[in-house]
Amino acid sequence: MKAVLARLLCAAAVLSCGTAPAAEVSVAVAANFTAPMQKIAAEFERDTGHKARLAFGATGKLYAQITNGAPFELFLSADDTTPAKLEQEGVAVAGSRFTYAIGRLVLWSAQPGVVDDKGEVLKRGAFAHLAVANPKTAPYGAAAMAVLRRLGLADALAPKLVTGENIAQTHQFVASGNVELGFLALSQVWADGRLTGGSAWQVPAELHEPLRQDAVILAAGRDKPAARALADYLRGAKAAAIIRSYGYGL
Amino acid sequence: MTSVVDLAAIGLTLELAAVTTTILLVLGTPVAWWLARTRSAFKGAVGAVVALPLVLPPTVIGFYLLVTMGPHGPIGQFTQALGIGLLPFSFAGLVVGSVFYSLPFVVQPLQQAFEAIGERPLEVAVTLRAGALDTFFSVVLPLARPGFVTAAVLGFAHTVGEFGVVLMIGGNIPDRTRVVSVQIYNHVEALEYAEAHWLSAGMVVFSFLVLLLLNRRKRGSVR
Repeated sequence: MKAVLARLLCAAAVLSCGTAPAAEVSVAVAANFTAPMQKIAAEFERDTGHKARLAFGATGKLYAQITNGAPFELFLSADDTTPAKLEQEGVAVAGSRFTYAIGRLVLWSAQPGVVDDKGEVLKRGAFAHLAVANPKTAPYGAAAMAVLRRLGLADALAPKLVTGENIAQTHQFVASGNVELGFLALSQVWADGRLTGGSAWQVPAELHEPLRQDAVILAAGRDKPAARALADYLRGAKAAAIIRSYGYGL
Repeated sequence: MTSVVDLAAIGLTLELAAVTTTILLVLGTPVAWWLARTRSAFKGAVGAVVALPLVLPPTVIGFYLLVTMGPHGPIGQFTQALGIGLLPFSFAGLVVGSVFYSLPFVVQPLQQAFEAIGERPLEVAVTLRAGALDTFFSVVLPLARPGFVTAAVLGFAHTVGEFGVVLMIGGNIPDRTRVVSVQIYNHVEALEYAEAHWLSAGMVVFSFLVLLLLNRRKRGSVR
């Protein structure tokens, strides 16, 4: 079994490796960036010959792992506070922090015609439940609550709120039709420059604090050229196109 | 590409479950034997510690393992002093976590099997001048065989289904710590529901077959 697996993995590695001297970089990636990062890593491997080992998880969990000795060299967080904290604690390389994507909030329903393009549906309140991610742990949840407060609807809608543990679970609530509408990351319902289905209101960015997602090089990646190379690649044009195609801003 | 990654996760999961089950059978047998025989005042406390993983959320187990095996924790400092480095985010770390997580699923069936044997066969063995080890290998082990099968199957299956602990102390690293349940989590987070369904359905079928097999065996041994 192991030998067969090893051979399969080698075959995959050979396909993705160029002629450049291949180095490896271990990357911790916030779960909401899973799909775009897989695509970016594939392009990165093709272009540079370096291999990116991706590990996905919730930002808070990744933080606990990094501070407890996880061997990650680059960290793509779902927010901008966690990388700053790591930098302060000396676990991240000072000055290596940069914003790789800006999240966009969307009010979405799996059914067409439920959400209008101005978000008036919130004021009418003709729905049983509204899904948001846990505002304490998920930046998108915090942004959603800020929007409700700005619209003066926080108290009126409080009894209708259904809280997902994270933004992916919140998406499942709405996509499965169990909840009529909810605040999600645009990247979850957006592909190739348009909505994948249902109806949506793209929440204006000025209604909440910017959802900046920062990346930082970790202490273990300080002297690793592959870590620097991937950090640079993330700021390049190819990565930018991929990031935008998933509904993130830059 | 996806299927190669999925295959790697399946292979790693089976390897982890096999190693964990083997270790648990070796470690769990004396513990279960002691629990089944002892009149010690510590029996209740030890039994409770063995059963802890049944009631603790996996995140709690994973969190404490991460902290104690990390660079500042007691186990972490011990393993560093031994020169084997840190256990989290390695296959060895997953094995340690799984051994603890699946402990009750191996110890409890063994304990029940040992208790079911009763005093009588042991007394007979002693009157026939069998030594303690001889008694254990010639009398206890054959009589407790169904208990060992149940323990092995449950320990294996429970380790295959592990998620919270391995995500916390494994770190979701491809080819090293990314087991099937974690790979399902990745697919779901990436909204790759079709891939998630394939792996999840595989888990459901596997779990059902394991339990079906166990029930069959149990009915068989009653008859």
